[in-house]
Amino acid sequence: MDYAIEMLNIRKEFPGIVANDNITIQLKKGEIHALLGENGAGKSTLMNVLFGLYQPEKGEIRVNGKTVKITNPNIANDLGIGMVHQHFMLVEPFTVTQNIILGSEPKNKFGKIDIATARKEIQELSDRYGLKVNPDAKISEISVGMQQRVEILKTLYRGAEVLIFDEPTAVLTPQEINELIEIMRALINEGKSIILITHKLKEIMEVCDRCTVIRKGKGIGTVDVSETNTNELASLMVGREVNFKTEKIAAMPEDTVLSIQDLYVRDARKVDLVKGLNLEVRSGEIVGIAGVDGNGQSELVEAITGLTKVKSGSIKLSGKDITNLSPRKITESGVGHIPQDRHKYGLVLDYSIGENIVLQTYYQKPYSKAKVLSYKEIFDKAKQIIEEYDVRTPSVYTKARALSGGNQQKAIIGREVDRSPQLLIATQPTRGLDVGAIEFIHKKLIEERDKGRAILLVSFELDEIMNVSDRIAVMFDGKVVANVKPEETTEQELGLLMAGSQVNKAGETSR
Amino acid sequence: MTSNNKLFGVLVPVISVIIGLLAGAVIMLLSGHNPVEGYAALWAGAFGDSYTIGETIRRTTPLILTGLAVAFAFKTGLFNIGAEGQVIVGWLAAVWVGLAIDAPMIIHLPLAILAGAAAGGLWGFLPGLLKAKLGVHEVIITIMMNYIALFVTNEIIRNVLTEQETTTGTIADTASLASDWLQSITFYSRVHYGILIALFAAFIMWFIIERTTYGYELKSVGFNSHASNYAGMNVSKNIILSMVIGGAFAGLAGAMEGLGTYGTISVMSGFTNLGFDGIAVALLGSNNAFGVVLAGLLFGVLKEGAGEMPTAAGVPTELVDIIIALIIFFVASSYIIRWALLRFKKEGK
Repeated sequence: MDYAIEMLNIRKEFPGIVANDNITIQLKKGEIHALLGENGAGKSTLMNVLFGLYQPEKGEIRVNGKTVKITNPNIANDLGIGMVHQHFMLVEPFTVTQNIILGSEPKNKFGKIDIATARKEIQELSDRYGLKVNPDAKISEISVGMQQRVEILKTLYRGAEVLIFDEPTAVLTPQEINELIEIMRALINEGKSIILITHKLKEIMEVCDRCTVIRKGKGIGTVDVSETNTNELASLMVGREVNFKTEKIAAMPEDTVLSIQDLYVRDARKVDLVKGLNLEVRSGEIVGIAGVDGNGQSELVEAITGLTKVKSGSIKLSGKDITNLSPRKITESGVGHIPQDRHKYGLVLDYSIGENIVLQTYYQKPYSKAKVLSYKEIFDKAKQIIEEYDVRTPSVYTKARALSGGNQQKAIIGREVDRSPQLLIATQPTRGLDVGAIEFIHKKLIEERDKGRAILLVSFELDEIMNVSDRIAVMFDGKVVANVKPEETTEQELGLLMAGSQVNKAGETSR
Repeated sequence: MTSNNKLFGVLVPVISVIIGLLAGAVIMLLSGHNPVEGYAALWAGAFGDSYTIGETIRRTTPLILTGLAVAFAFKTGLFNIGAEGQVIVGWLAAVWVGLAIDAPMIIHLPLAILAGAAAGGLWGFLPGLLKAKLGVHEVIITIMMNYIALFVTNEIIRNVLTEQETTTGTIADTASLASDWLQSITFYSRVHYGILIALFAAFIMWFIIERTTYGYELKSVGFNSHASNYAGMNVSKNIILSMVIGGAFAGLAGAMEGLGTYGTISVMSGFTNLGFDGIAVALLGSNNAFGVVLAGLLFGVLKEGAGEMPTAAGVPTELVDIIIALIIFFVASSYIIRWALLRFKKEGK
């Protein structure tokens, strides 16, 4: 059998932990091979070993059957291994061509950069793989999906035979995902091989030939995708049965909790990002905001929670005007917020889990009296929350930084839900989490709904929106352009609405 | 993890001090002096008799306070380079109140001390305000504030407190921290009750930072201002508060000099360096109240003991400054020591 890459019995240790323990992955020539594992399972470590950023303690790496030692990323490059990163490494004001040649600029005999030749070469590559990239466009002017293609072109330009995609669909719309799958197939037809790092099982089923599963640093095995199903893959990854379809009874919405009227919000550059938005969320329902990143969702959430000033319009919570109140006043009025970026907003990473649990309530009794903190009460509360929300931490005294993403997120959700807010805003609550944690978080959101809370869910994952919401508000260009029911729509229809197309049957359309 | 960090917090400064002293010994050897004699003279200069012990304590007092001034602001992620200017205005204010007011000691002395703290606090307030409201970097503002403090103070001494003289009169006894009793048991050194104030201030800092909601907010803002804002804390208020309290500590250091050591204030041709040494004290003390007390003591010992080195061992005082600089260097490069310790531990396993 011809293998493009073989990583055999790789073992990589860090002080105190074994990140990779006897992992084997063999990439056949011309296949799309999935690398599946929970967060912290050791996928990145394994790929960093392949890229020469880490040296394994044991095991060997073979490229085209020959044993190699990869001691730095340049060697990986020379061996034809290219990586399409999740976070693009692009210079925004530069053109596509300038970005692609950056670091390996072709020069003419006078030492001047030979842009014209590079441009031609890039155009040819783009045509050959059906990428449709304009070599002269500026990065800042092209879509996220296009930017990803520039990353792909970058690896091809450098002669990659093996491409590694790190969670490539996380930032894409459904349409863009379909196009990316086409591109991956085109790459395979031209003789390239692909490793796809992901935890989206649907994509694996759709596009991959084989799948290697790792769990807690150990290689679990490699399966043929044609002989498996999503349930089996999920239980291989998590180590137990996983329930996909979120169980829930029909919503019984009652009083209006959140009511937003004609809201305008500006960003720091004084550009309107929310433009005349209207939205209502009632108690006992989950309203999902669907939309492509950058259509005003973040600004909407920041405006509701008081982190950004509202330019005009009103936000009411159970009839009480909370427009432009301070974040503390808004929190005290009964708003809980699971922020999009848990490291930047959700946690003080250098504080212990216990101290983070009282981040909004430390000044209230019983956590402090006459401005003096009562650590006993604080840590007792924290113990209760880590128990109830299954936060896996050595103790409540452990720094938040030391916890895995899933456990950090559970701690935040525990903190926000425990305050029993009337309105709970969850922004991308499951981003980057594995199926086990996602299942848990969705269950909690629905439980809260059933207790009569109003829940606003903002997510870029259509699966999540479709699964959890009782009503979907589609946001495009700073407005809610459609209100639909998840059982009456499809991902395709949502995708079109998110891209700004008008659909007649939808209740509310863009004005 | 936590116990490990705490251990490092103690080990790194201690090792830095030892390496600094060893490096100083090497330099003494290279320049033809006997390091054993040199360090013996240093020891004698700091602890030789009751007089030197008194003087060492006197020197330690303001260094603890300026160390606290820098450490406190640092807890909120602010770099208070302005302790120097805060010392000067604190000194001036304390002496001014000591000269101008007539009152019984129970009112006069606390008033003079508080005047020093208030002046230092004001000198910290302005950079804090500019940082919080306009985002101007506090390092630049505090450096400039140092010069303003120096020259304004000199002007006030010459033209307001005196008629073109270089030193003010001596403060009233009712505002003095000096103590006949302390002086008599230390053979008429200039030691005064200020050390008690410095130790109390260290306790206050520990209490505010570790036990109160203020400290919780200040540290939170220092660690992550975004999350603090999200949690409803007023980031601007905390930045200003941190600079004001830090400035007040430095102002107290000035008051100690004015009310304790000298009883006057003189026109200065340059900075006192108490504030700048405070940066080093805070760094060596890991920005921790107790650590600052120990680091302040070490600096006091080194500076006082250095006086004895030229006469008893022929070692120039500049060498002591070099040793202090080396200690700071090794503390600042604690990363190297940390790395070496980890390496050592790993191989020991």
